[in-house]
Amino acid sequence: MDEGYLEKFLSLFDEYDVLAAFWVNIQLSLYAAVIALVIGTVLAVMRISPVPSLRWAGATYVTLLRNTPLTIIIVFCVLGLWGQLGLTLSSDFQTNFFRLAVLGLAVYHAAFVCEALRSGVNTVPVGQAEAARAIGLGFWSAARLVILPQAFRGAVAPLGNVLIALIKNSTVAAAGSVAETSGLMRTMIEFRPDVIFAIFLTFAVGYVIIVVPVGLATTSLSRRLAVAR
Amino acid sequence: MSELVLFDVPGPRTRRRMAVVNVLAVLAVAALGAWALVLLDRKGQLAADLWQPFLASSTWVDYLLPGLRDTLRAAGLAIVASAVFGLVFGLGRLSGSRVVRWLSGTVVEFFRAVPVLLMMIFFYQGISQLRVVEPRDVPLLAVVLALTLYNGSVFAELVRSGVHNLPRGQREAALAVGLRPAQSLRLVEVPQALIAMLPALASQLVVILKDTALGAIITYPELLDASRRFGSGNGNILQSLLVAALVFIVINYALTSFAQRLASQVGRHTAGAAKAEAPPLVVAARADR
Repeated sequence: MDEGYLEKFLSLFDEYDVLAAFWVNIQLSLYAAVIALVIGTVLAVMRISPVPSLRWAGATYVTLLRNTPLTIIIVFCVLGLWGQLGLTLSSDFQTNFFRLAVLGLAVYHAAFVCEALRSGVNTVPVGQAEAARAIGLGFWSAARLVILPQAFRGAVAPLGNVLIALIKNSTVAAAGSVAETSGLMRTMIEFRPDVIFAIFLTFAVGYVIIVVPVGLATTSLSRRLAVAR
Repeated sequence: MSELVLFDVPGPRTRRRMAVVNVLAVLAVAALGAWALVLLDRKGQLAADLWQPFLASSTWVDYLLPGLRDTLRAAGLAIVASAVFGLVFGLGRLSGSRVVRWLSGTVVEFFRAVPVLLMMIFFYQGISQLRVVEPRDVPLLAVVLALTLYNGSVFAELVRSGVHNLPRGQREAALAVGLRPAQSLRLVEVPQALIAMLPALASQLVVILKDTALGAIITYPELLDASRRFGSGNGNILQSLLVAALVFIVINYALTSFAQRLASQVGRHTAGAAKAEAPPLVVAARADR
């Protein structure tokens, strides 16, 4: 690698705003994570509830969404919801695509959040639920006051895994015409094929830098929050 | 069995109340479905001629089946290649040499942290640039390479965590009967770890199959790409995407159920803990070490 290579590579950063592209992915992930957490929690409560039809509906949602490729869901949001059914989430063209992608990412990852929470529920000993019932709590109070708070703490590690997957999957928003990292990388390589390796490494290392701290943080958080038993 | 401990076996009054909630829930779902159908109908999406093409054999013979074939081809190649990659780097992570361990560890952690789509685009553009492969083979190669690097790393991690989850006595016994550490690994630990990890391997196949759909972004003519082409040609993109999703769901659901059945069977035949769960991602894996 001569000096010219480095210079050629560095000059790219004047032309293309790599950080802005990463910022789009981070925003996609954050919004989608919040919505997915809400939908996923509702699904998890449905799946552990005593009502068979709710359990069935939750299980069906998880099975359907988990087994569909995310790419299809994102394409469906843009070509189907917007293109065919005319669903607009914003009057601004670009914001509309962004929000549709957030919607797709959120409904897909909600299924995984639900599964993570269920694994958290499994960390709560049976005796806890029995004790909750013994003092006269119904399902809803037992779930809200006893089971779910502990389940959330037990589910931090798997939820962290879902968040990591979500951050990486936010690149699929490219299939929904959102200008983010994978699209920018493609453009940069197209115009500067001479420094293809450096460009790829830039983006790859960018994801390592984002993903690894999230993993470290959720791992240490899950140890700290773990309910001592 | 979490769902059975949160509430008592319902008595007659609760059963009656539950029946009411059940009926209400069914009505709510039905109403939601009806509302969706009305909306779809208002947009003209329920017109028979938009759905009829999927009953015609030419749709399947010309578009969907070739798409499915290319999906399965990419997935199959990626599965074989990632198995080899995973075994090599999984053993590398367990190797006695610190350099080999570090090197394999870095490779595995790196490829698990990088989005598969970035790798796919990189290989797609990189290989086209080299001009050593027929242009029409480039997308397939890029899809398979990217899937192999990611899923191979996951497999490597499975091999490692499988060996770590074995009871310690296995290795001690192997060393006690005079095997060398490398022999113990090869003859005793890895075979057992692989059996224990079979269900997780099977459920990882679902991930590979789903991720082939990323190939549509780099013009690989798999199922999603085929259905999109068919849909935009016939003005029924919504219906085409639904049919493609349905095909994926049926195949993946079969694979998932197979993995779960395998987990309950395998559990009885191995000293390690069998899991049907996909392996933990990146750093979190270290929690259970």
